[in-house]
This record gives sequence, structure tokens and C-alpha cells, in this order.
Amino acid sequence: MTRPRIALPGPGLLSGYDPTEFFCEMLSPRDDGAARLAAIAARLNALDPDDLRRRAARAEKELFDLGITFTVYSDKDAIDRILPFDVLPRVITPGEWTRLEAGIIQRVTAINLFLADLYGDQKILADKVVPADLVLGNANFHAFMRGMKVPCGTYSHVCGIDLIRDQEGLFRVLEDNARTPSGVSYVVENRNLMLQCFPDLMEGTRVRAVDDYGLMLRQALKEIAPAGVDEPSVVLLSPGIYNSAFFEHVFLAREMGVPLVEGRDLVVENDRVYMLTTAGRAPVHSIYRRIDDAFLDPRVFRPDSMLGVPGLMEAYRKGNVSLANAPGTGVADDKAVYAYMPRIIKYYLGEDAILANVETFICREAEGLKYTLDNLEHLVVKPVGESGGYGMILGPKATKSEIDEFRAKLKADPANYISQPMIGLSVSPTLTDKGTQPRHVDFRPFAVTGASTRVLAGGLTRVAMKEGSLVVNSSQGGGSKDTWVLAGEGQ
Amino acid sequence: MSELLARNADCIVWLARYMERAENLARILGVAETFARDRAGRNWLAVVQINADEERFFARHREADARTVPHFYILDPDNPNSILSSVKSARENARTLRPMISIEMWRQINRMNSWMTGLSPNAVAPANLAALCEEIKEACQLHVGITEGTFYRDQAHYFYHLGKSVERADQTTRLLDIKYHTLLPRPEDVGSALDISHWNALLKAVAGYQASRRVMAGKITPRSVAAFLLFSDSFPRSVILCVRQMDWLLSQLRTRYHLRGGVKALELLDELRAALTDQTIDQVIDLGLHEFIDWVQRQLMLIFAEIQESFCVSRQPR
Repeated sequence: MTRPRIALPGPGLLSGYDPTEFFCEMLSPRDDGAARLAAIAARLNALDPDDLRRRAARAEKELFDLGITFTVYSDKDAIDRILPFDVLPRVITPGEWTRLEAGIIQRVTAINLFLADLYGDQKILADKVVPADLVLGNANFHAFMRGMKVPCGTYSHVCGIDLIRDQEGLFRVLEDNARTPSGVSYVVENRNLMLQCFPDLMEGTRVRAVDDYGLMLRQALKEIAPAGVDEPSVVLLSPGIYNSAFFEHVFLAREMGVPLVEGRDLVVENDRVYMLTTAGRAPVHSIYRRIDDAFLDPRVFRPDSMLGVPGLMEAYRKGNVSLANAPGTGVADDKAVYAYMPRIIKYYLGEDAILANVETFICREAEGLKYTLDNLEHLVVKPVGESGGYGMILGPKATKSEIDEFRAKLKADPANYISQPMIGLSVSPTLTDKGTQPRHVDFRPFAVTGASTRVLAGGLTRVAMKEGSLVVNSSQGGGSKDTWVLAGEGQ
Repeated sequence: MSELLARNADCIVWLARYMERAENLARILGVAETFARDRAGRNWLAVVQINADEERFFARHREADARTVPHFYILDPDNPNSILSSVKSARENARTLRPMISIEMWRQINRMNSWMTGLSPNAVAPANLAALCEEIKEACQLHVGITEGTFYRDQAHYFYHLGKSVERADQTTRLLDIKYHTLLPRPEDVGSALDISHWNALLKAVAGYQASRRVMAGKITPRSVAAFLLFSDSFPRSVILCVRQMDWLLSQLRTRYHLRGGVKALELLDELRAALTDQTIDQVIDLGLHEFIDWVQRQLMLIFAEIQESFCVSRQPR
């Protein structure tokens, strides 16, 4: 299949570049912004490859010097790795963004209403829109949250929606991340790097800024603070420097201008939370926690947790401290619940989903299981509880024996799996050893909700650096790109 | 952010201590190198002795010489007192402190750590040692300069300088002690041309050469140098100046930031200051310079422990 492409004025960086049958994030036309896309493509095309490579190397060195890294632990060493950064940006037009933004707000609103219902009257279960056992039997459903009123009715304060773009150029939701989605630090730092190393690329393109994320988040944390507190004290709770995402915790604390605390810095007394300072105890009102539910409070969750704060949940239940995200949001971003999301949106908002799901077969249902077993070689099958791309199989790319092995696993525990057709993810021109090549990308925008939902005008574009690979996860060799959301009229 | 987490206060004093320690160790190795050149390499042992590292050192090496000692003190990752270990520890503390220190501070420490980690054993070979010590010292001074120019002046800044002053006072006493150890086996050298040149080398190592020339009016004697390093009111690395600085910093933390702790530390500082101001150098030397230095080092340890106890304690996980 050949599709229309934006024409380049002459030979250059993109000359040998061929996105084949896939939608191209640089050269495939959209409904708007044609002239601006063409101008950006022409500008990139005119770059000297050697110069670009030199500057890209400098950018990676800078990432390393700044410690914008995640940590990989081997048997004896802790190695700081940078997330490989590809200098060729991914561009989103104003019209595309308007629709994405509305779709994300709609989805996040529905997720929060869904959670409020599950931890309240459970009407959606009574109405049999979502099977009750799917929710009540879910390990991430926390019964102790039942009946508790959370500030602003918000449970998932920071939500990352994973999107992919199919061969027709339609954005589809692949996954919701309603717990503690990470990656926003790379959105902002990639932009900083771009501005520093490639100012000439950005000049005059009118790309929307992403550096207000910290202020957005801090504002939301103020909005959800316990009632009656004028100047709420906000902190970020991290598991500490050995966590692989510690850089992001540092980044967020710095951007919000709040202390980065660990569990051992906090104490609870009379159901109130305090941090231990040089001057003694200081009250804490809102906590952006980057510790998983299971480790938050050894009195309620895992008793062996060294990272948490004994008594934190009781203080939370009494309304003396606010937590973002709320415990128990994992029930909403479960991969099995995901399949019901269009119906969930319809149920609470009376609207059709603006952003489509990827077609999904639920293996806990007989029909879905049969279809999946019959079509394994065409499907992507994922365990519902895993993240990071682990435990899944890409049917079209697997060997016969891999498929047979997986079939046994699936039959043994069908409720643990969903399946989806293999999507031909869109590609973006990427600098490789073999010149400028198409590489598959996805997209994770971030929504922040306090009293209302705001979406950061940008997001994390992850890129599978290996030729032909569809796996974009950083733990499996993925990199990232700067994402340019072009400003519309008056923005 | 007006409050300072107790745990972060601890990280700050240690960040300052480790960077100061790295700088001083580079100074000590630099001066030991000068001594050793003159004395057929016999003085490397002194470096081990002043750091009280005999046990650890001889578990790893049979001989204290121009190869083993610099390697042990600069590059050995298993020696917690090596410059490499100090810089690594400084970086770990800086990593924890990243939300509050300037990006430039973090970047420089991170780069210094990468640079040190990548050094080959050849970098500490005799021919390269002096230049390497110089480079390390300059990297530490770059840290000090960036900190001066970018570190926000709140409580954290005071804790930083507390850590720095404790370490500097301690290291100055060690530097003075190296001369004591070096001299001990050869009493016949006292006052000789060689002896004077060693004292000069020592003064140069602490960057006190020019100043001491001015104050001592050309009379460089062991006594005048010891007095200068211990008692000078104006020399930035003298023990009394560091002690006065600590006293001032602690008082500021109590008055400006209303911190309640630190009373015991102030008492101990008072005692130390009295010992440094109420005696002449002759009295100190008559009673034993080495013993006096030992006592000063112990007092500094007590003071530092008091500061940590008062301000730096977080909840221990069960």
C-alpha cells in the first residue's frame, strides 16, 4: 500500500527514508497543519547528518552528566543508563491535539467516576455493565477504601494514557495507567535538551511548552488538601535512591519545589502526618506518593514494608492527609477492565468514547478465549496484571514452539489474559547506524486532576530503536523522542 | 521550602565533609610525594599512620611505597577513605539532595565521579601523581566555587559549612601530624635545610605559604608553622578559624532558624576554643603536639556526633 506523503523540496537527511505501509508521524498528511508539517520536514531534511550525529552525541553526554538516568541493577553493580534520545521530533498538529485532549479528559473523568462508584454504591456492578467478579476479585480492589470520601472525588490524580496510532492514522488507547505512571520527567528533560542542543530546529515552530508540569501538579495537590488548611504542606514520597525511577522523583520534587521524603522521614501521631525536620516535626497535608499501594503502610498492606509509614492509612481515612494517587486505583487500569472502558464512559457520561480502544478479546469469557486460541498466530496476548511489556506474546512474530508453549499457559489460566489484533504501529524517522530509518513509536500523554483535569500539551513518545520492533519499553531497549504539539490560533 | 528534613541535613553535612576530605587527601598525597622524593621513599608510611589505616592497608599491601599508598588513597574502591570512595559517597549524598541543590552542583559532582571512576592505575604512577593530585584539588575547588555561587542560602547552607569546617579542622590537624611522623625517625634532621624545606612544602600544600611568609617575617620554624596552622586568626584552614566558624554557624541556626538543639555541641566547641586560645605553642609542644592533635580530633568527633544527634535523626524503619 502506498499512501500520500508530504513532498520534500530536495535530497537530504530524509532522502532514503521509507515508512512503507505504516503511518508516518513526519510525512503522512493530517487534517490540518499541512504547511507547518511540510516546513518542519523540510528543515529536518536540510540537516547535515554528520553534524546532527555530533550534536546527538553531545546531547546524550549531557543526559549522562545530568544524571537523567534510570538504574539497572545487575548482580554486583548498579548501572546508570540514559533513556536513548532520538533527536528527530515527533509532531502533533493543533487539530489532532484538540481531539486527543478532549478524549483524554473524557477518559480520565470516566475513570474517576468509575472508581468513586466502585468504592461507593457500586451501581455499575448492580447494572451489570462490568462483571462484579472482575472488580471485587481483583487484587487491586481495596475493600477498606469503601465508603470513604476523597477530596474532589478524585482518585487518579496523575493518569498516563498509552496511545498508539494505527495504519489508518487513528489514535487508539492501548492502555490506561491510573496508578503511578512514570515518564513525565523525560517529556520535560527531552525538551530542555532539544532547546539546548538544537535551538535552530525549534526556532519559529511555535511548539507548546511543557515546563509547567510541576506547577500543574503542585496546584492539583493543593486543591485536594484537607479542608480548612490554608497553606497546605505538600511532599513527594519516594522509595529512595535505589528505586529505578528515582531521577523522576527528584525531577518532580524539584519542579514542584517541595521536599522529597522517604517513609522514614514521616511519622503519624494522633492520625496526623508529620515530617521530621531539623526543627522537629512539621505537618504534612498532601502527599504525591511514588510508592506502590502494597508498601504504603505496613499496618494495612504488606507488614514487611520498610518503605512505608505505619498509621498513614488511618490518617488518610480520617481525612487529615490526602494521597495522590489514591490507593486502589489499580482496579481501573487493569487490562481486563480496559476492554469495558468504552461502556464505562457511556455509562457515566452518556457519551461515546472520543478515543477508540484497540479491539480486545477477553479470555475469561468463553467466546474470547476460543477466538484467541484459534487465532494465536495473528494476535498479541497479554497478561492482565503485568506492565513493562513482560509476559506477552506477539503472535505474528513468535515461532511455532513459542506459540505452543504460550497456548498451554493460556489454557491453564485464561482469566489472566486478553488478546488484541496486532496493530501496525505508526513510525517516525529515527537516526540509526544505517541512516534515517522508520521506527515504531507510541505516545503517553499525562493528565493531572485535582478539582478538574488538565492535560500537559505534550507527552512521552517512546520509540522502539530496533528495526521492525514493536516493543517500546525502556526496560527492553526503547528510547524516546521530543513530542512537538504545535500551538493553534491564540495558544 | 523553609523546613529542612533531618535526613537531608545529614546528607548535606556529609556531602561537604566528603568533598573537603577528598581535597585534603589530595593535598596530603601531594606533600607526601614531595617528602618522599627527598627521603628515598621512606615517608609513605606516614600517610597511612595519620589516617590510622595501618590494619586495613597492610591487609592489602606488604609495603607502603610510592605505588601502593597513592593507589590505596586515590583509586582503591574498597578503601572507604580513598578519594574515589569519598567522591562516590559525596555523589550519593548529592543524589539524595538533588531536588534542593543547584543543577550545576549536581552536574559537576556527577562528572567528577565519572572522571575518577574512569581513571586507570597508571594515573597514580609516580610520574603522574603530582598532576593528578592537582587536578583532584581543582575539581574539589570547582565544587566549592559552584556551591558558593549557586547554593540557596537557607538552613541547608549552614549545615553544609558546618560539615566542611569539621572536616577541614580535622584534616589540618592530620597534615600537621604527618610532619610529626615524618620527623620522628630522624631527630638529627631537626632544623636542617631539608627540615625547613619540608615545612615549606607542608605550608604550600595547605596554600599557607605566602600568608605564613608575611606573618612569620621569614622565621620558619617548626613551632611557628604549628602555631600558624593551629592558631592563626586569619588563615582559612587553621583549626581555630574552623572552630570559630562552627560556633558561629551553630548559633545562627539557633537564632535565625529557631532550631532548639545543639547546646551540648556549643559547650564542646567552647572547650575546644579555650584550649586553642589559652595556650601558647610552646606549652602545647612541651606537653606533646601529637597528643594535643589527638585530643583535638576526638573533640571534633564528639561535636559532630552531637550535631547529628540534635538535627539529623530520622525515623529508623523497624
